[in-house]
Amino acid sequence: MSTMIVPTERANVAPEPTTPWRPTRKNKSISSIVFLISVVLSAAIVLLTGLAGIDGFGLALFAVFMAATIVRSFRLNQKNRKDAFVGVLIASAAVLAFFPWMSILASVILKGVRGLQPNFLVENMQFTTPDDELNMGGAAHAIIGSMLMVSIAAAITLPLGILSGVYLTEIRGRLTFLVRFVVQSMSGVPSIVAGLFIYTTFVNYTDAFSGMAGALALAVLMLPTVARTAEEVLKLVPDDLRSASYALGARQWRTSLMVVLPTVRSGLMTAAILGVARVIGETAPLLLTSLSNNSFVFNPLGGPIGSLPTYVFGLLQIGTENSINRAWTGSLVLMIVVLILFTTARYIGGKDKR
Amino acid sequence: MSISPSVQATPEARELSVIFNRADRIFRRIVTAGALTSLILLGLIGTFLFVRSAQIFNDRGLKFITGSNWTAGSGDGIIPDDFSIGPMLTGTILVSVIALVISMPLAIGGALFVEFYATPKVRKVLTTLLDLAAAIPSLIFGIWGVVFFSSYGERWSDLLNSRFGWLPFIKVQNEVFGRSPFVAGCVLASLITPIITSVSREVFSRTPRDLVDTCYALGGTRWGAIKTVVLPFGKSGVIGGAMLGLGRALGETVAVYLLLNIVFRYNFRILESEGGNIASLIALKFGEATEYELKALVAAGFVLFLLTLVVNMVAASIVERSTRRR
Repeated sequence: MSTMIVPTERANVAPEPTTPWRPTRKNKSISSIVFLISVVLSAAIVLLTGLAGIDGFGLALFAVFMAATIVRSFRLNQKNRKDAFVGVLIASAAVLAFFPWMSILASVILKGVRGLQPNFLVENMQFTTPDDELNMGGAAHAIIGSMLMVSIAAAITLPLGILSGVYLTEIRGRLTFLVRFVVQSMSGVPSIVAGLFIYTTFVNYTDAFSGMAGALALAVLMLPTVARTAEEVLKLVPDDLRSASYALGARQWRTSLMVVLPTVRSGLMTAAILGVARVIGETAPLLLTSLSNNSFVFNPLGGPIGSLPTYVFGLLQIGTENSINRAWTGSLVLMIVVLILFTTARYIGGKDKR
Repeated sequence: MSISPSVQATPEARELSVIFNRADRIFRRIVTAGALTSLILLGLIGTFLFVRSAQIFNDRGLKFITGSNWTAGSGDGIIPDDFSIGPMLTGTILVSVIALVISMPLAIGGALFVEFYATPKVRKVLTTLLDLAAAIPSLIFGIWGVVFFSSYGERWSDLLNSRFGWLPFIKVQNEVFGRSPFVAGCVLASLITPIITSVSREVFSRTPRDLVDTCYALGGTRWGAIKTVVLPFGKSGVIGGAMLGLGRALGETVAVYLLLNIVFRYNFRILESEGGNIASLIALKFGEATEYELKALVAAGFVLFLLTLVVNMVAASIVERSTRRR
């Protein structure tokens, strides 16, 4: 009998990972001081030379900080010098990648908040021209139109999306791969093509532009998002739950409908919300299906209907000062709606995952 | 031989054999039917667009793709209808390529920064911001582009023209720099950067942690680890993300419509204020189109549909493959 080394309890405990390569506190404070000095220097450059504006400042900051980094890295070996150099490049790329989006957020809030008065949310544009003062007229008709179309779209898409999620995770039939692939590539169908499709079918057959047509176009765009999110959510259901249900004698349909789906109820809500957030700002398909309208329309089959995106788009075309201000306010409302939907989805979605 | 207790093997899970009864079969059929709607829908989109525009393809053949005019006839036959999408097709590709070229380095840098340079707290915030940015409607990018960005775009164009004017695709004929493919491409770039960054970050985050740590343990720098482990590992995912972004850029309507002078002439000079893409052509001409012109617009939409479908299918298969394995 050979002797064996029996692994002891202690040997199984992995040591806490340490990260000796991370910069020390001293390194960090030196870096931030260098960065601050670069900021001051580049501000001076912008004030004293021809370089101007926020883009000029960014360029100066990049150049100065890069120079400082290269000078500082002279004491290092080549490998670390390269690392420092690339580090600055990557950080600058990140700043540039996030900058437009921060700028959009700031300008939408700053320019839109002026027109965000009570009348904007309760009045319509029936008796107001876009050029009137901002305390007249509003976008209530557009908000109602958007809500109407998006709700219809959600009501159509949610069941279909859930069904395809269930197919992909529970049934796993022969077409699983194909369905997943089609859903993936359908999410890239340009929004204007969806609009064109509904135009050639629904609008042509009913012979009228309507909110219903707009809703159908939005549904085409919404379906992939809902289906994909539903699949992701259903994947999180532990298999033990299904096994337990089978072990208790439940059939597949009971397992799916009464065990699996209820478990992810809030996740499916997330899917619906993300779908809504995806389409609420879509302009192009609505230009071909629901057109726009300046007064309240509550009937989805009652002809052209207003919506937030087409409202903003129309105002931008007019291009006078007040109309552009209105457009900013419309964008602000749109952005707030998207933010609210998104945070709600995060909040609800976080509940399932433990 | 003794088997130490710590290597006791857990028994393999037994294969479940399920017998479906009638209720099950009905359930499965309903679900399958529901799942097939997306398949059918995609087929219907293609079919209907093609059927409605078949007359155009029949009448004009390949000239629809290559010709460079979009003239509505006078109706009495004196000026014949002449519809083709050549400049718009090249314009679509030009603007999207500009957007992709600008956004790729930013997206890769951004993703690397979020995943490997930011502290965990910052990473969480940035990831949320990224997801949010990808959800902001393109209309808002459009209005931002028109009101805020275009003055910067013009200044940069002016600068580019005076420094690099000797390059054939940068040279301009008249020095009006607004509403050019370059400006539209910049705004499209800011639109697709969050998408590409998001996908790339996701792929980078799947790099096996041990490999990266091994790199550090061998004395490698952060850039060394990124170059030797992270980038090779995430390459296909990044390409897939780029294709997704490209698909989005190819089909973008509103932002291009607002930021580009739509002119029917082949133009490859990126600073010249003329260009266009198929989607914005449809939005522009739809309102006052004649019946025959509408068919031509549907035909243009069909071409766009095929173009984006191919790009997206390639993207979907790449992303699927590179995020599946763990």
